[in-house]
Amino acid sequence: MTTLSLAVELDGDGAHPAAWRHSGRPPGAVLGAAALRRAVHGAERAGFTLATFADTPVPPSSGLDAAGRIEAGTRAAFVATTTSRIGLAPTLHVATTEPFHLATQLAALDHASKGRAAWVVGVANDPASAATVGAAPLAADALRREVADVIDTARALWDSWEDEAVIRDVATGRYLDPDRVHHVDAAGARFTVKGPLITPRPPQGQVVVLAPAELGGDVDVALAGGSVDEIAARAGQAPRVFAEVEVVLDADRPAAARLDGLDADTGWEPTGHLRHVGSAESLVDLVRRLSGVVDGIRFHPAVLAVDLLILADRVLPALADLRRPPGETLRASLGLPRPANRFAVAGGQS
Amino acid sequence: MTGPRIHLGVFLTGVGPQLIWADERTAPHMAIDTFVDVAQLLERGLFDAFFLGEGLRVRENRGRVFDLDVAGRPDAITQLSALAGATERIGLVATQNTTYNYPADLARRLASLDLLSDGRAGWNVVTTDNAWTGENFRNGGWLAHERRYERAGQFVDAAKALWAGWEPDWEAAGEDGAKSWARPGAIGAVEWHTDLVELTATPTVPASRQGRPVLFQAGDSEGGRDLAARHADVVFSAHTEFDAAAAYATDLRRRLAHYGRDADSLRILPGAEVILGATPAEAEEKERWVRDHQVNGPRALAFFEQYWGRDLSAYDPDGPLPDIEPTEAELDPSRGTIAIDQRSGKLAQIARWRERAEAENLSIRQLALAVRPGHRAFVGTPGQVADEWARYVRARVVDGFNLLPYLVPDSLTDVVEQLVPELQERGVYRTEYEGTTLREHLELPPVWPGTT
Repeated sequence: MTTLSLAVELDGDGAHPAAWRHSGRPPGAVLGAAALRRAVHGAERAGFTLATFADTPVPPSSGLDAAGRIEAGTRAAFVATTTSRIGLAPTLHVATTEPFHLATQLAALDHASKGRAAWVVGVANDPASAATVGAAPLAADALRREVADVIDTARALWDSWEDEAVIRDVATGRYLDPDRVHHVDAAGARFTVKGPLITPRPPQGQVVVLAPAELGGDVDVALAGGSVDEIAARAGQAPRVFAEVEVVLDADRPAAARLDGLDADTGWEPTGHLRHVGSAESLVDLVRRLSGVVDGIRFHPAVLAVDLLILADRVLPALADLRRPPGETLRASLGLPRPANRFAVAGGQS
Repeated sequence: MTGPRIHLGVFLTGVGPQLIWADERTAPHMAIDTFVDVAQLLERGLFDAFFLGEGLRVRENRGRVFDLDVAGRPDAITQLSALAGATERIGLVATQNTTYNYPADLARRLASLDLLSDGRAGWNVVTTDNAWTGENFRNGGWLAHERRYERAGQFVDAAKALWAGWEPDWEAAGEDGAKSWARPGAIGAVEWHTDLVELTATPTVPASRQGRPVLFQAGDSEGGRDLAARHADVVFSAHTEFDAAAAYATDLRRRLAHYGRDADSLRILPGAEVILGATPAEAEEKERWVRDHQVNGPRALAFFEQYWGRDLSAYDPDGPLPDIEPTEAELDPSRGTIAIDQRSGKLAQIARWRERAEAENLSIRQLALAVRPGHRAFVGTPGQVADEWARYVRARVVDGFNLLPYLVPDSLTDVVEQLVPELQERGVYRTEYEGTTLREHLELPPVWPGTT
């Protein structure tokens, strides 16, 4: 059965906070075009379906580790024209941005990548993140509502132009059909948006939405942390469920020794994700086991310079029989249909 | 090369009546390939910059989405980031407003584009105040019209502070065994607490090789000119007639001095259309063709509908002005093209138009052509336009032009292939890029020592 999709998180030098000390390059080298291209092009060549780009409105570390990070939406867009198959998923945060801008940015990414955009829903809500927009953190229930409202609003805006809205009818002088471009009148608990979006409907119809499974909301891919059993319990929660798997692989030294070395620099706090520390072969076994209960895996390589290469050379090839073949768009690669437009199915008239 | 040189940019608004779509040569206007082709074409033409407009709301006419003009455009910073990956030299300038953006978020996105493009980013700072646009945003209509430049000034001040938040020597000494990723104390938080800008943020992006994004400003009001004199590296002015351009340049340089800035620390690039032909007659013929498309019958009627506030579709665009009376309601900003100072007094405006149409025997379409807002067109052979531009730039009344294409990409191909060589022959245009950053292209002084 070829039903498995493989994603990889490509932020910074890797998922481990001390990864920058083990990457064989000066710390600042991560902040530029060359490092970004190397990681994303490498992931595409390896056959990953999706690259994700973690982000926060504040520095990635407050201690001795990385203080710099390029905004995720610009990183994803930067590689849109130099890649052709891999999906591109920046993390954009719901509470520290304008929902209208967020929806526009993601729609533009989908156009620029010809249908490969996705969105990892970010929920930064700590005091420092909120302070970047002059706000205070939201209470838990308000944040939950905000997540649902921003997702729903973005989805409504992505439908605000019907696919056939641009008609270029020379005879009547009409560039578009105004009956096919809609106000959305989205009303969240904390904002309203009139619409339509300034950007025509994304090529995928709807940008692929990924979010941590515990958030709920109208998502395409639920990202499931926890143990194998906890991950299995998420089955059916969203059209696709991906397991979150951190990896430290055997390299020049055994994985456990590598992790000890990394942890000696900075401890890797438990993130709630499954963590594999061992050989490529045993990771393949774990993935085969998970493939019975999930639709995909998102790998978090501890050190991109080491673990991404081993994933590419030894793990993905060993999973070729399970991997879903790439399609024209990210949705197609994930086996997800292109959604009908809510306004078109409502009758085609505004 | 000696003497002043012409700096060229292209402003692709992405929407509006100046873009001709009803011609088979028009490239699909939302396709990324079109943008890449144009940016690479301009790079071959050694242009300084490629500008994108900002969309905040789709234009409407009498409550419905306006259907006659090209509409729909990408987010500017996202699109320019994609173009940064497909180009090597050209500057990439995003129009972004200071009303419906968060300063720390926008500053970070611009700094990210600047770093990824290795110092080629620019920000065209614009203001907006209207509540109609604000209906797409969290706090729509929050900012009073008379405070929009005050907010813009503080917004830009905050952005500049964030961009300067990393000390130039932030990297920890020694590549191996460094105790910390960055030198302790090299990165500072920025705080701003007023009723117009409220933030506490630690920047996550260091300066690019040009120090910070180049700042462009377009406002022509008192507040706009003052903002330009305080902050702008480039002004995107509206004055293209020689005498008016000279007066504008003098006024702006006087304001620069007031803020302690050098007269040569600002570039003036007015917006302009260029229509080229092999002969003067061919150029004029082409201009007629352009105007016939830009102001066709339905567009001429729609132009006056926004003033009349009524359906005028039953009128003949080649006939006299409508005889029905307009509504009393003042203009709304939903068409996006009406300057704030023209949003009142429409009845008097219509009375003046009626007098003029009567006196000059103008049809609806002819009057629309005569009074529509727009930028100056330079029409002629490549040699004629090059001569005129050389005169402008040698007198330093402008530093170049920001071109508004009427047909994408053909009208720009004409400029690159025909006009640029003529300018080079006259010694007023570069023959290669000498630098790599946008600031270098613009021949602006460094932001601080060590940057370019």
